[in-house]
Amino acid sequence: MENFDMTLIDWSRGQFALTAMFHWIFVPLTLGLAFIIAIMESIYVKTGEEKWKKITKFWAKLFGINFAIGVATGIILEFEFGTNWSNYSWFVGDIFGAPLAIEGIMAFFLESTFIAIMFFGWNKVSKKAHLTSTWLVAIGANLSALWILVANAWMQDPVGMLFNPDTARNEMVDFWAILFSPTAINKFLHTIFSGYVLASIFVVGISSWFLLKKRDTLFAKKSLLVASVFGIVSSIFLIWTGDESARQIAKVQPMKFAAMEAMWDGKTNAPLVAIGFLEQPAPPHQDKGYKEKEFAFKIEIPNMLSYMAFLDANAFIPGIKDLVNGYTDQESGKVIPSYFDKIKLGREAITTLKNYKEAVNAGDETTAAIYRAKFEDKEWMANTFRYFGFGYYNNENFSGLIPSVPISFYSFHLMVALGGHFLALFIVMLIFSLKNKLHKMKWLLYVGIWTIPLVYIAQQSGWVLAELGRQPWVIQDLMPTLSAVSKIDATSVQITFWLFAATFTTLLIAEIKIMLTQIKKGISGGH
Amino acid sequence: MFESLSLLALQQYWWIIVSLLASLLVFLFFVQGGQTMIYSLGKTDMEKKMIVNSLGRKWEFTFTTLVTFGGAFFASFPLFYSTSFGGAYWVWMLILFAFIIQAVAYEYRTKPNNFLGTKTYEVFLIINGAVGTILVGTAVGTFFSGSEFSVNKLNLTNIFGSGSTTISAWEGPAHGLEAALNIQNLSLGLAIFFLARILGILYLKSDIDNENIVARAKKHLLYNTVPFLVFFLTFVGILLTQDGFAVIPQAGVDPLLWKVEMEPYKYLHNFLAMPAVLILFLLGVVAVLWGIIGTLIGKCHKGIWMAGLGTVLTIFSVLLIAGFNNTAYYPSTFEINHSLTIMNSSSSKFTLTAMSYVSLMIPFVLAYIIYAWRAINNKKITSEEMDSETHTY
Repeated sequence: MENFDMTLIDWSRGQFALTAMFHWIFVPLTLGLAFIIAIMESIYVKTGEEKWKKITKFWAKLFGINFAIGVATGIILEFEFGTNWSNYSWFVGDIFGAPLAIEGIMAFFLESTFIAIMFFGWNKVSKKAHLTSTWLVAIGANLSALWILVANAWMQDPVGMLFNPDTARNEMVDFWAILFSPTAINKFLHTIFSGYVLASIFVVGISSWFLLKKRDTLFAKKSLLVASVFGIVSSIFLIWTGDESARQIAKVQPMKFAAMEAMWDGKTNAPLVAIGFLEQPAPPHQDKGYKEKEFAFKIEIPNMLSYMAFLDANAFIPGIKDLVNGYTDQESGKVIPSYFDKIKLGREAITTLKNYKEAVNAGDETTAAIYRAKFEDKEWMANTFRYFGFGYYNNENFSGLIPSVPISFYSFHLMVALGGHFLALFIVMLIFSLKNKLHKMKWLLYVGIWTIPLVYIAQQSGWVLAELGRQPWVIQDLMPTLSAVSKIDATSVQITFWLFAATFTTLLIAEIKIMLTQIKKGISGGH
Repeated sequence: MFESLSLLALQQYWWIIVSLLASLLVFLFFVQGGQTMIYSLGKTDMEKKMIVNSLGRKWEFTFTTLVTFGGAFFASFPLFYSTSFGGAYWVWMLILFAFIIQAVAYEYRTKPNNFLGTKTYEVFLIINGAVGTILVGTAVGTFFSGSEFSVNKLNLTNIFGSGSTTISAWEGPAHGLEAALNIQNLSLGLAIFFLARILGILYLKSDIDNENIVARAKKHLLYNTVPFLVFFLTFVGILLTQDGFAVIPQAGVDPLLWKVEMEPYKYLHNFLAMPAVLILFLLGVVAVLWGIIGTLIGKCHKGIWMAGLGTVLTIFSVLLIAGFNNTAYYPSTFEINHSLTIMNSSSSKFTLTAMSYVSLMIPFVLAYIIYAWRAINNKKITSEEMDSETHTY
């Protein structure tokens, strides 16, 4: 469509993805390591043993290096909602702005105030005040995750709001519905536990390196013990919340659910693909504009997907084609409209808004009242307005309504497989750690080290699944990226994209070099 | 409690909160100002280290205040967020770049094997100190001089024609950079820059126990006060004599549809119509000068607090002048009736009410900040501490 500058939209999406993914390299470690450090310091305060203070300080130093670049890459994200997605900022700013503000007032100040005491307060405040500060840093970091994830979850599962045609935006009507929506709670828990697992792997991996080098072995064994226990507990919660999240996605984002299983045709007793590879795309589906991909190879677990989604092995899971062409929900008997019908309904909603605004501007109160009544009609809102975002599509750009199936499928399966590997590693590490045989298990220590890059890959996969799997929706069914973008020239965004890419890459190299140098110094290596 | 307030009262309450955050931010710019003084006040490596470490224990307060200011502005006046950030793209991007490089600079500056070298990280601090303050000041200047933007909510429904679906659009090609060509904006930008340097000098003088730094601080205090006064008075002079963007209330008409007109001496009228704000402004200016002069003549050892309080009062009252008394706080010079007012750009009553409850947390936040600040600042920074402390920048 000529009124959409696809180059601008693609580069704006690219820039947001680039900055978010860079930020996400550092945040999970902050979330988890803060608690690991707090646990270590608690042991120090309880036992009074100096070695625990040294252990705490060693990990705190690595925390500080990671934290700084996390802050640097984070500030831009908040402002990008305005700079690059200005229509989004207006259309839902009434709801979305609140968690961002609360994040600042409630969480960032807690984190940044007490981090100063955590680093500079060792000789300035009492042991207990210092320990409290360390715990408050951990709580602050995790509280900020809560609010930003509540905001993100709301985009995927918009609840607690009502559209106001006078202001042409969605407005908040139920704060608690937004905060406690199941999507928000699951997303928050799943994400923070993933951070705890990442931090545990980080500590396990680095401790493994010290054991292999036969340096600071006592410190390494103690750190590894704390991290394996923390890792096992976190992994269990991670799997549990992941399972809950999948159920939630099946309910509110069925297209994402179908894409992450690469399921084109819906079925009852749907199997879960345990391992699978997609073959090259088949010719485009003639009149639908999308490319169907079949499996070249797969191993399935029978009935598992149906059970996972609805706790019922016989449940029907709609495939991508069902969602596009429409289907009848077997349980409720409700007819789910096809995407073509949703486009028509979306256009009706948009046109109604246009007619209303024009009538108001012209001072035609009678006509305005007729259109206004529609926005007050609950049924119309629930069956027509809810597809507002589809109205920006037509038969030409229709394929934009389907997310990338290979990316969704592979990112999901990679994340799940790696999650299983992490739990197994923690258990094995803990067993040999308790038997005090770890230092003899060279292969296991190598696995520990090489799992560090894997846990970062798993983190990014989770993020890719969550964000690419929901495309094209900035707000599910209400606003696609097409209509959310700012009106700027694509060249400006290209320039800032490359500026961010260069700056963040440079800073990442600096961070890794500094981090490795500090690790090599070890616990007794001084400052 | 907040439910009983009218929408207008809530809008005013949030304009006060946003203005307060902005004025605290400018006070905390002492970190930025101090960063531009590293080489002027510190000549030896130890002196520079003391300066960087003194500021390094406070930089996160400024940073967090900026982030919270952004979040609070978004939550309370989302149309400003979408119009200004999405339109004046380049100004905000440059400001953000200046803060990105600051965030790593302290932590990485003296770490071994830091890839870019100590000097580079110091340059990052200087860029942040100069670009950050000047551009923020320049951007705030447009609250009085206006910008070339349009706002049309009907654009959202542009699905059949060829027009853009974006509501807010910048109508000039420079995407905000043109603001730097306006003498009023630039005066404010430079006034904020020199004020930040003054505050930085005053803070460092109060926090570092080193004779050389203290002696140089006095000298540079004078050097920075002169240009500060020139630019500040230029800005105030223009402000009090310029035409302003007045909102015309219409009884029985939705405030979303109220018109905006130019009014001669609008901001002077605002001061006169709100004498309490005028008194705050005058008290603020006097306090800033008191902090500076008291330090120069050697009678005042904690000039930072007097000048800091003065900064908060001055900026706070200037921002109240921008948004209160039926004034468009973000005027459009492209189409005057598209100007943003606190009435037409705010969040809904429900959201403002919910956020008002959140704002009750601010006193608690201030209380623990004061605790932490005192715990860290109870002794001045000495070279001995720099040698013995395990965590330094």
